[in-house]
Amino acid sequence: MSGASALRRAMLAERAGLEARHPGIFRPDWSQRLWRGLVFAVLAGLFVYGLMSMEISWARISNGMGEMAKVLSVMLPPSYGTEAKLWVYLKALGETLAIALLGTLLGAMLAFPFGILAARNVLPVWIGRFLLRRSFDTIRGVDALIWALIWINVVGLGPFAGVLAIATSDIGSFAKLFSEAVENADKKPVEGVVASGGSRLHAVRFGLIPQVLPVIASQVLYYIESNTRSATIIGIVGAGGIGLHLAEQIRTLEWQHVSFMVLMILVAVAVIDMISTQLRFAIIGRRAI
Amino acid sequence: MVTAVPVLPEPQARALAAAYSSAVAAKRMQTLIGVAVLLASLAVAWWIAEVDPWKFWANLDKFTAYIGRLFFLENGQGVWTDFREWFWGLQKWSGKLLETLLIAYVGTILGVLGGFLLCFAAAQNVTRGRLPLFVARRVLEFFRTVPELVFALLFVQVFGLGPFAGVLAVALHTLGAIGKLYYEVVENADMKPFEGVVAAGGTWPEALRFAILPQVASNFASYGLLRFEINVRGAAIMGFVGAGGIGQDLLEAVQKFYYSDVSALLLIIIGTVMLIDLGTERLRHYLIGQEQGR
Repeated sequence: MSGASALRRAMLAERAGLEARHPGIFRPDWSQRLWRGLVFAVLAGLFVYGLMSMEISWARISNGMGEMAKVLSVMLPPSYGTEAKLWVYLKALGETLAIALLGTLLGAMLAFPFGILAARNVLPVWIGRFLLRRSFDTIRGVDALIWALIWINVVGLGPFAGVLAIATSDIGSFAKLFSEAVENADKKPVEGVVASGGSRLHAVRFGLIPQVLPVIASQVLYYIESNTRSATIIGIVGAGGIGLHLAEQIRTLEWQHVSFMVLMILVAVAVIDMISTQLRFAIIGRRAI
Repeated sequence: MVTAVPVLPEPQARALAAAYSSAVAAKRMQTLIGVAVLLASLAVAWWIAEVDPWKFWANLDKFTAYIGRLFFLENGQGVWTDFREWFWGLQKWSGKLLETLLIAYVGTILGVLGGFLLCFAAAQNVTRGRLPLFVARRVLEFFRTVPELVFALLFVQVFGLGPFAGVLAVALHTLGAIGKLYYEVVENADMKPFEGVVAAGGTWPEALRFAILPQVASNFASYGLLRFEINVRGAAIMGFVGAGGIGQDLLEAVQKFYYSDVSALLLIIIGTVMLIDLGTERLRHYLIGQEQGR
């Protein structure tokens, strides 16, 4: 390292000479500095205002930090208590995974016709496309947790409401993604099939589907992955899955159970992640991701 | 016009045809197995998740009735007839909305700062050793995987009810999510300037500051804005667990069946989210344009 610092000293010794020879490089750019300073000041000001408006006192923070340290130390080692509890938690985790899988696939199936319909090359009517897309945006704007609250009114508490909630909030996202996939499809294979004597059905089957299906499949897989995360919390409002138990154990301060469940979630998400990445590689090839 | 199609000699053609049909058969087999596995797991999931199409079908009218009910006031008139009655709580709600936006903003800033500090240790090309790389990546993974609301529940217990718990929850999740995006950007940066600065005797922080940062700054800002957009959505439901923001009012309205309040609050949230999406999209396009012009 001393070699580098010797080099550094030599370079810095030359600085005055460099500055004299290239004044343009060393001259400060005041207008740019002013702009950056202004942007920074606004951002920092908002940040400070935000913190002030939340009435956060140092006493509260330091108290909380002490509490936090206590909680973290109590969390170790993770444990599930009795064996009966373990089975309850495992079943809840299974519910979470089931909700993610079924919800995503149901959402994808329901979104498919709407997605196709909202593609520019399928529905050339501007106003129809606009209305469809805005409704997708609205559905997407409502969080899965809120949909869960609504579905609980319909099918009662339990994982089924969770499935419906995930499906509903995914319809919006999937319809948008599918319509983009159809719009981005290359026309040439379709024309090629028609030119070599294929029927319209052949053109869709051998020209369009092979292009669109892998894209759709990989998106669905990706959403199963991300919905696993959403499905872990959907139980907080009573729509099935591990979230219910997690919320309950946090509220009753059973920290060892909490850390155990968090570990379970981490492992489950990692496994789903791995499977879905492998499948996506298999479907669309390594470089496309 | 007649074009002669070249015909291969018979044995060669037969070999090719055989290879083709065996390839197709293998592909079919693969697809069939995939479909079978999918169906099996669907059946298991169906059973676990207590899916009940009959209950769904029998109660579907409740759903449409619920959605329809959202558009009517307590007195049975349409919400469009009396905006003052519909948005009666506008003053209270806009305060809560501001709180939601501030939770998202402060949380994003804190998370972005944390992600920024960790991303250089987690990037393969500029990290200072295997241990920091490993530790930084595991930390980011952990914060990314644990859902925001779980953090919020925890912080509500520790720091008490209120927006501060929400800020911390948003910040930690943002740290994990954005740290990953950031180190991927850093890994894609051109290493020649970095080597240049090091060769001229620059220290590690100097090399990052003068060689890497100028390459990644606009991408970092753009990802930060995208995250802010996502965090506004996240902050809107923080109130479900008592961590501040407009979610508390929404949850209350849903649970107490104040239908017109539900629709008013949803409209406020969706409208705000859309406005912010539009604004950040503009800004991000500007930033990306700068990136390409450089």
